[in-house]
Amino acid sequence: MTKRKITELAAVIRSKNAGPYQLTFDFIFKSDEIYQKVKESNVITPELIARLYNIPIKNVISVINYDPARAIKATIVRPRPSGALGETDVYGAQQHAPLLDIEIPWEE
Amino acid sequence: MGKEIRVLSPTAILGYGFPIESFKKGLAKNPDLIAVDAGSTDPGPYYLGAGKSFTDRTAVKRDLKLMLKAGVERKIPVIVGTAGGSGANEHLNWCLDIVREIAKEEDLHFKLAYINSEIDKETLRSYYDKDRVLPLEHDEDNYLAELDEAVRVVGQMGVEPIIEALKNDADVIIAGRVYDPTVFAAMGIMKGFDPGLAFHMGKILECAAIASDPGSGSDCMFGTLGENYFILEPLNEKRRCTTVSVAAHTLYEKSNPLKLHGPGGVLDLTGCNFEQLDERRVKVTGSRFIPGEQYTIKLEAARLIGYRTLSIAGTRDPIMISQIDDIIKAVRKTVEENFDDIDPSDYSLIFKIYGKNGVMGDLEPLKGVISHELGIIIDVVAKTQELANTICSFARSTMLHYGYPGRVATAGNLAFPYSPSDLKAGEVYEFCLNYLLIVDDPLELCSIHYEDM
Repeated sequence: MTKRKITELAAVIRSKNAGPYQLTFDFIFKSDEIYQKVKESNVITPELIARLYNIPIKNVISVINYDPARAIKATIVRPRPSGALGETDVYGAQQHAPLLDIEIPWEE
Repeated sequence: MGKEIRVLSPTAILGYGFPIESFKKGLAKNPDLIAVDAGSTDPGPYYLGAGKSFTDRTAVKRDLKLMLKAGVERKIPVIVGTAGGSGANEHLNWCLDIVREIAKEEDLHFKLAYINSEIDKETLRSYYDKDRVLPLEHDEDNYLAELDEAVRVVGQMGVEPIIEALKNDADVIIAGRVYDPTVFAAMGIMKGFDPGLAFHMGKILECAAIASDPGSGSDCMFGTLGENYFILEPLNEKRRCTTVSVAAHTLYEKSNPLKLHGPGGVLDLTGCNFEQLDERRVKVTGSRFIPGEQYTIKLEAARLIGYRTLSIAGTRDPIMISQIDDIIKAVRKTVEENFDDIDPSDYSLIFKIYGKNGVMGDLEPLKGVISHELGIIIDVVAKTQELANTICSFARSTMLHYGYPGRVATAGNLAFPYSPSDLKAGEVYEFCLNYLLIVDDPLELCSIHYEDM
């Protein structure tokens, strides 16, 4: 089975604050068909998010499939509340990079 | 019923601007309401803590003037939520000052309502005493300690205070901190429309044209709320709403796209359906509001944690770059030894290294240095501005002249783009008090005032 890069499959991969205490990641896929295949591959899981960000699994709040937007959403506890001492990204908008390397097993 | 509530949302945040053409198109569609969200916690804790707006006064006045003139002349209510960006009393007064100025300059006459949402500490303590405080995402209860440190506290109001003001025939309503969708949803809910649909439409309209394709926070969106649906339409011909653009926006900035918690209950979007009506319009059905067993108000607060001084510099020396972690350690040690009479807990010395882990910090998976140049910010937060200045100045001069092993460039280790090299950034705040208050009456923590302009 070959693999496809997530950046070829998704139209949007982004990070953003969900309030001051959480960081949320959105994957929005290019078509319903692609979305279904990624969803069924079961690659994007709390375990994967925990591993990519090197955080304990308990800090992954949820990974949710959202069919109407052909999207998968993951939310983690923010490393610190937005703007707290040591902050590097007040809006949380540049924390998505580790997600860009995800690969999905693919059968045409 | 068969009726509709038509809502014009000019811009994602009051002060972000909008094209006049789009606004006129919205007015031509005979809206029942012009509403705008003026706030966000996104810019961080400083603005709530310092009592300042993150939006610019001239930009806010420009947007407000267009909205007030249009609304007052056509007898369409104008509602502003989370005035001044954070909705505390200082923010509200800042916005009211602009409203009064516009009314005077443009000779506009209307009934103004304004709603305070700042809560005093005595009241906040009494809720704790009555066991009416619920922690959010906290392992332990620090409510009273955090309350002591909080500079100002606001409670996120629901639709009820806005409905109260509308019932009292207010033409213009300027609200303190409110749950973002409320300013768009209140009129529909007051008139008996489904609160699930009203809140969901408000959730999209609060960001104006961001939910269209291409999206923009500086352009207008039009929402029509009917008996069992709502319809969204961008007002700029360049944009269109698609089922995906609208559904995708439902995700935005939220932890869970299916269950959105707000004052008084949960917006449940599990059974929601998005339908493409034509090229530019999307119809939404099936959004449900499930009232909670208790009515809760979410708190937002900020506490002062010190004063900041920054020094911004860069290095292009490969020998220095290869040892950057050791150099930082050595500079930190020198600072501590030089000021061993100062309690280390009185200041924090943080190095932000751009080109290494400046953006992701501890979350950065690429631990090795790969850049040929590094940006260095020496970030000091201390108990007083003077102490922050002292530590930053000393750390900067130590790093500038530090003799690391193998150094050949002995004239100085740092490139400064600015003189002065040290920038005094003033007060630093942190968010605190992540709690809910349980109320019997949604109006009990706010106060509504009326004024004839």
